Amino acid sequence: MFKLSNKGTEFVKNELSRYESRRSAILPCLTLAQEENGGYINAEIISYLAHLMDIPESQIQEVFMFYTMYNKKPVGKFHVQVCCNISCAMNGGRELVQHLTKEFRVNDGEVTSDGNFSFSRVECLGACGGAPMMQVNEEYHENLTPEKAVHVLKNMAKGNSHGS
Amino acid sequence: MEVKHLTEHYDKDGYATIKGYQKLGGYENLKKALKMKPLDIINEVKASGLRGRGGAGFPTGVKWGFLPNNGEPRYLLCNADEGEPGTYKDRLMMERAPHQLIEGMIISAFAIGSPKSYIYIRGEYFYPKSIVEKALREAYDNGLLGKNILGSGFNHDMDIYSGAGAYICGEETGMISSLEGKKGQPKLKPPFPAIQGYLGKPTIVNNVETLAAVTLVIRDGAAAFRKQGTEKSPGTKLFSLSGNVVKPGNYEVPLGYKLIDLINIEGGGLKPGRKLKAVIPGGSSAKILNKEESEKATLDYECLAQMDTMLGSGAVIVIDDTNCMVDLLGVLMHFYHHESCGQCTPCREGTGWLEKLVNGIKSGQGKLQDIDLIETVARNMCGRTICALSDAAAFPAMSFVLKFRDEFEFFVREGRSKIKGTSYAKMHH
Repeated sequence: MFKLSNKGTEFVKNELSRYESRRSAILPCLTLAQEENGGYINAEIISYLAHLMDIPESQIQEVFMFYTMYNKKPVGKFHVQVCCNISCAMNGGRELVQHLTKEFRVNDGEVTSDGNFSFSRVECLGACGGAPMMQVNEEYHENLTPEKAVHVLKNMAKGNSHGS
Repeated sequence: MEVKHLTEHYDKDGYATIKGYQKLGGYENLKKALKMKPLDIINEVKASGLRGRGGAGFPTGVKWGFLPNNGEPRYLLCNADEGEPGTYKDRLMMERAPHQLIEGMIISAFAIGSPKSYIYIRGEYFYPKSIVEKALREAYDNGLLGKNILGSGFNHDMDIYSGAGAYICGEETGMISSLEGKKGQPKLKPPFPAIQGYLGKPTIVNNVETLAAVTLVIRDGAAAFRKQGTEKSPGTKLFSLSGNVVKPGNYEVPLGYKLIDLINIEGGGLKPGRKLKAVIPGGSSAKILNKEESEKATLDYECLAQMDTMLGSGAVIVIDDTNCMVDLLGVLMHFYHHESCGQCTPCREGTGWLEKLVNGIKSGQGKLQDIDLIETVARNMCGRTICALSDAAAFPAMSFVLKFRDEFEFFVREGRSKIKGTSYAKMHH
């Protein structure tokens, strides 16, 4: 059964009184729960949060469904999001994600068998001057070539968290 | 040529820290402002002609003037939900000069009499957020936020709120919904946020660059601010240059600067052997300019409005002759369909239809009447919805088809792109 850490529970308590309205705590608390659950949210977590926060489950559910950063299914230890919007598309973003999924033998939106990687195509991440780019967990990697991206990711899998 | 007013010290080490910022005159403008009357600050900002740098270009001082005098608490909300495709200037500003933003926000909050402000940062901006968070703590530690700021008697609290991935939250009422902990769906206007915004209270929403620019207005005065730019578009602005240029980047130039100079001088022109085909001058929601128009355009609100497009967020996307316009429109229509919040029928259905129609042509199954249908659907999406996303999807669709119709017709007739060797040709969507 899902349960937040003590630190997480404390965070939820603080967020509930941080803003003018308790409801504003939903977004940051979903973010935290996702982090503690290894990268995604499921129905059980939403019920748990509703109970813990004393906020209707439907209000948490609608936020969960609306925003793209709440993952609806498991992601890899390194969740790789490749921008395929216009400036990146013009500079090889789509070829990049195609190359990566082929190289790591996985489909878009699925996790590699070793649990290390998942890949998705995403919309503009505000790094158009460094196109093509990818976001790996919280970090941006810009001015990529397929080879460079593979190199970065393989290094990460080896335990070098920044991939360089 | 670049004129670095806002970005003057962006390359200096330590400018993101309070010590480095103060060493170069930081927070002197706040001291000056706190000795002024709030109404005088609003009038100075009005006189400067500063216009919103996030996209709509509305005069900032005029917006502030809409606040009612009803004794209700009013909120200041900084829009750092940068998401307009092509735009990446606010990210730079937050990473390099978080105190410039905070100082501009405290001055603005003092001017409008606000006890509380939020910086709404898009969720993906983990790093910029960490820099702003650190700067915010420094500001509190130095008595620049909280109770009785610098002995002035003015109290103000500032906090950060993270988005969680939704383009629509860059729309000011969508952002307010999101800050309230809801789906980021825009609200009907009127009432405008200045009357009824966050939690139904008067709220001013300004872009990062706008709020940072307030420090310049206070430092130099309205008259000096107006020395750059044009009469109706005063000041300098950051432009995010991307696409097919040799040196993409953020460049600060006076408004009224020639678009083609930004591309050729700042951007280093196109790659050898490539020809300019089109430019999207103000983020993906702006109507596209063809080569001839791009060569004539100046980067100010009026010129681009006259050319039936807009300055928008200042995101200049340069497109060379190796790109297929049908392919690029498909990229954009996928985006707007994905980001439509689903409230209004013309947008929810229209964006889906536009994506389907363009994809139909891209797959070689298109008919000639589909090209007309794109135009009809797009026309019917304009001005009929709660927010501007519907129009923002329709503008590229209408302008791509109008100005590059030959490429759409070629694709329908031949079942393939007119442009040889495009990235699309290698793709299997």
